[in-house]
Amino acid sequence: MRYIPNSLVDRQSMLAEIGLDSIEQLFSGIPEKLGLRRLLNIPGALTEPELVDYFRQRAAQNAADCTSFLGAGVYRHYIPIIIDALISRSEFYTAYTPYQAEIAQGTLQAIFEFQTYITQLTGMEVSNASLYDGSTGLAEAVLMAHRINKKDRFLVAKTVHPEYRAVINTYTKNLGIHIELIDYTADGRIDLKKLASAIGTDAAAVVIQSPNFFGTIEKTHDISELAHKFGALSIVNISEAMSLGILKPPGEDTLETRMADIVAGEAQSLGVPMSFGGPHLGFLATRERFVRQMPGRLVGMGMDHSGRRGFVLTLSTREQHIRREKATSNICTNQSLCALMATIYLAIIGPKAFREICEQNILKTKYAVQQIQTQTKHRVLFPAPRFNEFVVELVDDYRPRVERLMKNNIVPGISLSRFYPELGNAILLCVTEITRKEQIDKLVEGLA
Amino acid sequence: MTSSHQRTGTHFLLSERLVFEEGSAGRRGFDLPALDVPYQDISQLIESSLLRNEIAGMPELSEVDVVRHFTRLSTWNYHIDLGLYPLGSCTMKYNPKINERIARLEGFAAAHPYMPAELIQGALEVQKMLEVCLAEISGMDAVSLQPAAGAHGELTGILMIRAYQESQSNPRKKILIPDSAHGTNPASATISGYVVENIPSNKRGTVDLDYLRNVINEDVAAIMITNPNTLGIFEDQIAEITELLHSHGALVYMDGANLNAMLGITRPGDFGIDVLHINLHKTFTTPHGGGGPGSGPIAVKKILEPFMPYPTVARKADGTYFFDYERPQSIGKIKAYNGQFGMHVRALCYILANGPEGLKEVSEVAVLNANYIRAKLKEAYALPYDSPTLHEVVLSDRIQTRKGVHVGDIGKRLMDYGFHPPTVSFPLIVPGAVMIEPTETESKQELDAFIDAMLAIAKEADENPELVKTAPHTTRVGRIDEAAAARRPVLRWRPDVTPL
Repeated sequence: MRYIPNSLVDRQSMLAEIGLDSIEQLFSGIPEKLGLRRLLNIPGALTEPELVDYFRQRAAQNAADCTSFLGAGVYRHYIPIIIDALISRSEFYTAYTPYQAEIAQGTLQAIFEFQTYITQLTGMEVSNASLYDGSTGLAEAVLMAHRINKKDRFLVAKTVHPEYRAVINTYTKNLGIHIELIDYTADGRIDLKKLASAIGTDAAAVVIQSPNFFGTIEKTHDISELAHKFGALSIVNISEAMSLGILKPPGEDTLETRMADIVAGEAQSLGVPMSFGGPHLGFLATRERFVRQMPGRLVGMGMDHSGRRGFVLTLSTREQHIRREKATSNICTNQSLCALMATIYLAIIGPKAFREICEQNILKTKYAVQQIQTQTKHRVLFPAPRFNEFVVELVDDYRPRVERLMKNNIVPGISLSRFYPELGNAILLCVTEITRKEQIDKLVEGLA
Repeated sequence: MTSSHQRTGTHFLLSERLVFEEGSAGRRGFDLPALDVPYQDISQLIESSLLRNEIAGMPELSEVDVVRHFTRLSTWNYHIDLGLYPLGSCTMKYNPKINERIARLEGFAAAHPYMPAELIQGALEVQKMLEVCLAEISGMDAVSLQPAAGAHGELTGILMIRAYQESQSNPRKKILIPDSAHGTNPASATISGYVVENIPSNKRGTVDLDYLRNVINEDVAAIMITNPNTLGIFEDQIAEITELLHSHGALVYMDGANLNAMLGITRPGDFGIDVLHINLHKTFTTPHGGGGPGSGPIAVKKILEPFMPYPTVARKADGTYFFDYERPQSIGKIKAYNGQFGMHVRALCYILANGPEGLKEVSEVAVLNANYIRAKLKEAYALPYDSPTLHEVVLSDRIQTRKGVHVGDIGKRLMDYGFHPPTVSFPLIVPGAVMIEPTETESKQELDAFIDAMLAIAKEADENPELVKTAPHTTRVGRIDEAAAARRPVLRWRPDVTPL
């Protein structure tokens, strides 16, 4: 086997040095009746050329070259080449968790930079080193709020990503936590009246998403203010982290009562490949006073004995390897390499291009909406301001139109009927900075 | 001495500031194509109260600045391509380069999870194929690739056990966990709504079966067991343990962190395990990435299959694959979409590269390498348990503490010899534990160099303990004052904070 250096000769000499005759003797601790007396029934072994061939064929079966208007939590943005060049350095991708700080300063400083970037984008005071993804990150935010105020009732906007809501349900259903959904208005935003009448002093937190699942921008600060009036926490989920380049961060305001308490989200948009749904990049940011209730790893700045600046995993008494069943979360890993991708992404684009990319998302989306409104019979729902997604209610049945479009190599968007049966034939579309005008025109032509 | 290959501890180290302390106004690293739709002022589309101010403190950098910055940072990391990484329980093995190339094929990397099934057959086939391989390797009936990491797999597995127990009568109350287990085990049980009861190990370092017989009752939902356990010892009474649990209606969860010891040798499904997670980033060579992403598929027996997270990858009569969402007894979703697909591609690539004989060889050599180290170090360092061990060996600092040298010091001194330290102070049942897992991807020469370094440190600990206690001496920074860092945590850079 090419990944195993020791030859049969090496193995024999090692066995001899430890006083054994055969490899089998090494396994004497396994009762004989439990031994597998046959070879595993799996394919292989394949040589490198055969592997390349097999996977190229599988990859070619996936339509990577089509014009896609899919979004819904996973976004097609341009990924600058240098990200892959840098994260492909073995020093980054083959290193372990930086428990031994002296020989892991590269990873540690990069995470510290990631944490800083996330606080800058969200307006929060502290960010962890990343979590698995946006959905689990939001579930962790709910558990964190539960630890902070010990209340059980969570008001969750129906416009939060439906898969995220499903994950919250799975995480919380055995812990005495109750989830109540808050409906949306014809505007495409959370129904503030319904929220105001549902909320009370027994509410643990209000959970919203902005831009929400329909692509509309929520007034996160008004909602935080309402939550705080009733002593509830405000949790804001950001599934499209690109929007933070232009939208007011939930954690930033002149009044503290209008700031979110926890901002959780998904930063796949910032330089991480879509990769069929993972690995992506969850993040969680909060206020300093809640730091000890945070889940996940944290990197802090410190000093060595000769006064040199260095970085180290810190506040680990929250974590499972120290606290076991009393830990703030069972989470062990973070998404370090994906966090590094986002850190490099933010470094390379800088503040100016970041804003320009966001503007292009908004303007191209605006163009697509306008074209569909003027050139087709379909109805664009939800008039509130949007970032890069919008909902179109098709005048006739969804499937045949999609099939026609797909024949022309265009994937128009996801059907919302699985998540929102009340929306009938509605589809959710996404337009980003890499969608070209002619692609939008082709889509509109196909929908007309 | 056994080796002619002497490691020296020189490191190439440039200093580098934080990215926020670099760059200057007006630098650019990225240009985007001109806007091809009509321009409009954004404030006409979105009310200005919803728009942000400039991002304070975000640096402006050129492409060269960014490349230099991160390249310099990278040189401060130890990594598997540099040498032996003997972290016990972590299975730090070589990550084949082909995995990386394959995962980056555009058909995989640019695939959207909501692509219609007919446009994504290749990705679905990869997932199905990996499921089938993992089921065979573990001796189980079905696999879900959805969990994002090992601990996430534990949570998924325990939630499925809970759903199963509820379907029988009630969820029950307790999860039994041996005292040698990973910290994630009790944490996962707790957030699944269970009370944890610790099970002591016996003198051989395995689960105390008599103790277990005394505490087992109908309140026990399951036991979470690691096999081979964190001492590297195979639980030789595992068949009796699983039988005992099953006879009380309880199930058996296995932490599959140590699967690298048993590929093609013995299978969890054959010794009575009902559900286990498999760390693709340990046994199946997906890179650790400096702490993630991992991937923690779970493999289950038939009785648990209905409770798996939805969707599952299924196959139609015509041979095409699709996501099956019709799973009425499912615990629900544990993560959006279907797992860390990029890791699935890499793991399958590794399995196919090895084949049945190759995987068996992996475990054989991993166990040989660990036992070679054990044989060479068990005089200089204490061996707390004499039982046969598989892929890792746990020693202790008992001899060295006489001179005031502790396990952490030994680990730090290894850095001066050019090695990453082993796992230290775990498992908790061994005071001053030094847990060494070399894996199969180390040559005899590399093992000898490590053994020489360990023996040299044992000697130093005896003759010049101060040298060891103040190590490392050759790294970019010395030991960071962790207590001070935790007392006044500085968790982000700010413009108004003076750089150190």
